[in-house]
Amino acid sequence: MISFLTFLVIVLGLITFGRIIRIFELSAELRGTDVNAVNGSDNKTNSLLLLIMGSAFVFMVFYLTYAMKDKMLPSSASEHGVEIDTLFAVNWYILFAAFFITHALLIYFAAKYYFKKEHKPVFFAHSTKLELIWTLIPAAVLSVIIVYGISKWNKIVAPAGDDVLVIELYAKQFDWTARYAGDDNELGKASFRLIDGSNPLGIEYTDPQSADDILVRNEFHLPVGKEVVFKFHSRDVIHSAYMPHFRAQMNCVPGMTTQFHFKPIKTTEEMRVETANDKFDYILLCNKICGASHFNMQMNIIVEDETSFRQWLGSKKTVAEELKAAAPAATVEVKTDSLAAPADSAKVHAVTADATKH
Amino acid sequence: MSHDTHAHHDHSHDHDHGHHHEEGFISKYVFSQDHKMISKQFLITAIIMGCIAMFMSTFFRLQLGWPGQSFPILETFLGRWAPGGVMTPDIYLALVTIHGTILVFFVLTGGLSGTFSNLLIPFQIGARDMASGFLNMLSYWFFFVSSAVMIASLFVTGGPASAGWTVYPPLSALPQAMPGSGMGMTLWLVSMSLFIVSALLGGLNYIVTVVNLRTKGMAMTRLPLTIWAFLVTAILGVLSFPVLFAAALLLIFDRSFGTSFYLSDINIGGMALDHTGGSPILFQHLFWFLGHPEVYIILLPALGINSEIIATNSRKPIFGYKAMIGSILAIAFLSFIVWGHHMYITGMNPFLGSVFVFTTILVAIPSAVKVFNYLATLWKGNIVFTPAMLFAIGMVSTFITGGLTGIILADAALDINLHDTYFVVAHFHIVMGASAIFGMFAGVYHWFPRMYGKMLNKNLGYAHFWLTITSMYGVFFPMHFLGLAGIPRRYYENTNFPLFDQFTDINQMISMFAILGAAAQFIFFFNFFYSIFRGTKAPQNPWGSTTLEWTAPMKHMHGNWPGKIPEVHRWPYDYNKPGKAGDFTPQTEPMAPGEEESH
Ligand code: HEM
Ligand SMILES: [Cu+2]
Ligand SMILES: [Cu+2]
Repeated sequence: MISFLTFLVIVLGLITFGRIIRIFELSAELRGTDVNAVNGSDNKTNSLLLLIMGSAFVFMVFYLTYAMKDKMLPSSASEHGVEIDTLFAVNWYILFAAFFITHALLIYFAAKYYFKKEHKPVFFAHSTKLELIWTLIPAAVLSVIIVYGISKWNKIVAPAGDDVLVIELYAKQFDWTARYAGDDNELGKASFRLIDGSNPLGIEYTDPQSADDILVRNEFHLPVGKEVVFKFHSRDVIHSAYMPHFRAQMNCVPGMTTQFHFKPIKTTEEMRVETANDKFDYILLCNKICGASHFNMQMNIIVEDETSFRQWLGSKKTVAEELKAAAPAATVEVKTDSLAAPADSAKVHAVTADATKH
Repeated sequence: MSHDTHAHHDHSHDHDHGHHHEEGFISKYVFSQDHKMISKQFLITAIIMGCIAMFMSTFFRLQLGWPGQSFPILETFLGRWAPGGVMTPDIYLALVTIHGTILVFFVLTGGLSGTFSNLLIPFQIGARDMASGFLNMLSYWFFFVSSAVMIASLFVTGGPASAGWTVYPPLSALPQAMPGSGMGMTLWLVSMSLFIVSALLGGLNYIVTVVNLRTKGMAMTRLPLTIWAFLVTAILGVLSFPVLFAAALLLIFDRSFGTSFYLSDINIGGMALDHTGGSPILFQHLFWFLGHPEVYIILLPALGINSEIIATNSRKPIFGYKAMIGSILAIAFLSFIVWGHHMYITGMNPFLGSVFVFTTILVAIPSAVKVFNYLATLWKGNIVFTPAMLFAIGMVSTFITGGLTGIILADAALDINLHDTYFVVAHFHIVMGASAIFGMFAGVYHWFPRMYGKMLNKNLGYAHFWLTITSMYGVFFPMHFLGLAGIPRRYYENTNFPLFDQFTDINQMISMFAILGAAAQFIFFFNFFYSIFRGTKAPQNPWGSTTLEWTAPMKHMHGNWPGKIPEVHRWPYDYNKPGKAGDFTPQTEPMAPGEEESH
């Protein structure tokens, strides 16, 4: 009933509106004027509106940029990110200048040169000199942007050094697992065919390099001041590992390993002080549409000093330890066993299986 | 018609049915081969599709502004998809996907080119119709069926395609990954394939018509910039849509016939799939090889329309006509070698990344030239503020604002942190969405008299413009900040991250502007449909334009001009030329003795 009434009101409203317009048009016709011809007062009103609204818009752009600055990401928590921030600032200044100049001219011209009968516009169809100027100046400025941008990009994606910590970020619908490479700093092999309830990453237990790998969920830790090499993997669809505070992002693509490395330079504690927020946490989120719970696929990141980090990592079980815990009697052969009969090792997953769905 | 004296311009044989004046309803309004009627068919279909997509955006803006709150209206429209008035995450993604697909393809590709290339190419080059009326009719009907299939996909179980308008596999390839990747995705692919056929038929026709059917005297250097833009757009489409077609075809194979073009090493729903050796990244290359030219397929017609409207209403020649053509060509060329900027963080070879940074930022040069040329055209003009002119000026503003943020995103090092955030949503809505929609509105206000012989009500036009531009910037400008703060796009809600709580009120404000903007469009819909029937009668040349379309009788007729097609003697921008009477000189007016051609 309500919806019918609403409908009725809308229809009646439209009809009334139509009638009113018609009355205007007819009365104008009687007076012998064309209602829809643009007249002097239209030109004045709209040029004035352009001046007011246009200036308000330009003002808002600058004001908002200023007013929002405390809501933006804090200054970068990674080494390369600091340079990204500088690059961004330089670009931002250039672009603001360009925005301001062009908008000022647009608004000024549009407001000033509204139609006046007695005014004769200039017939000015082209000027090679002017056109050269506004081709070459943008070209010069853009060259700076290009060269500066590419040099930073090359630096960021250059190969990592030797003394690094290797971590795999493994994505699936809809959660993350971090796998530390362990003492040998090498990740054990894995295959999507080996994935089952107890082996969510499909790790090949026969690969000796897998024995010291460590799997964690929900939260992972990084040592401050040490370069971290991330290897990204996905089990199902494309995800994207996004760590905004570190200015880091890389897609996780099934069938491929991708890589990104950075060096954290601020601990979580330091960041809590800097942001005056004692609940602050670094986060990892998914930034490539991946299904219904794409919006809730996250992990906390804790950055701490090397000692605390070692302590934390030491408290976690390695893959070998997990396997042993699952089948205490067995020795090394357990690995092969569990490969052949995955059901036996269902409990291995204890540490990692709890966080499957948020 | 056959008394046209110029043999090779005489194509009245295309129009033999046009000679008998008794036309059936079906052949006049439904299976019409007349470019004017087909143009209206495209426009009205696009308006309906646009209206649907706009409603979708208000729905998902409700969710984004007030996550989890119950809105009974959502349950009314979405039914089981919004139990208790709260939409599900699945339907959120579905709405975003179909919203994007409809606006990008159906409104701003099919709708924009279909309407204005069809209307203006024959009229402005002085042709009686398109080269092939029949292919033109087919182009519309493929478009129509493809729209119908897309709409039908909203009603299948599992819902419509939901993997984003970019439909990246494996998400789009595997029904296990999301419900929308089942039947809904199949229909999406069918619809897009039909759409591509329509775009290709239309595009070929536009190219052939511009190249072959120009009237006597209409040299390429005397073409209005609209026609240059439509021609280059058509060429872009013909070169790039087949690539999307190939991409879609391979995706259909992967989905239905067990091939592995895009799939490899996938374990989903507890099962290892047999696909090996494919690459999801391949799809992205193919998609964006179309996808980037696509944004210029959307933008160039709007820029062409803008050039025409700004010159006419400044009562001045367009500044730098040749530079405008040059920049259209440069943009078109560059658009084919920049697609990788959508893929900086797919793990592509870093060197390739640098190359794409370079080529992408180059696009800013011809774009800057266009902006400065518009500014120079306005300078010392005699500006008539028609509603069309306001939208054209608004478009210059959005083109600047959105173009500048493009330079940020083009910089691979900066894109690392901005990719797929709301910064991108802000950027492309302003530079592509708003600019092209403004260009389209400008075109409708400007050529409505030509289409329907009636005027649109100007005051409603003014109200429409001011409300639209205000709400447009109100919606999209703040989104830059959400993106800079790290909020990803395609998120059903941001409430799971304490970090983003500070944006709750901004998100609500955005949603309110979105609702205001949507409401403002009803002013336009009303004006449009009311004026078709009850608008005041249009004079022959309402805006004082120089171009040919205003020399043809306002009354609908086949073949556009009774008797001879007018000849052209000058370029289209002789506004207020010194030594000429009146403030414009039509293209049909012969050169006076000793007069020099202007450009
Ligand atoms: C009525 C005004 C509009 C509003 C309020 C609106 C709002 C939005 C929002 C908020 C999103 C992002 C949602 C998300 O990422 O979760 C979106 C996506 C999108 N919109 Fe709009 N939009 C509007 C008009 C347009 C126009 C005119 C275009 C034409 C180009 C457009 C094209 C798109 C595209 C391509 C996407 C991306 C879809 C995807 O992520 O797959 N929108 N829109
Ligand atoms: Cu994900
Ligand atoms: Cu692009």
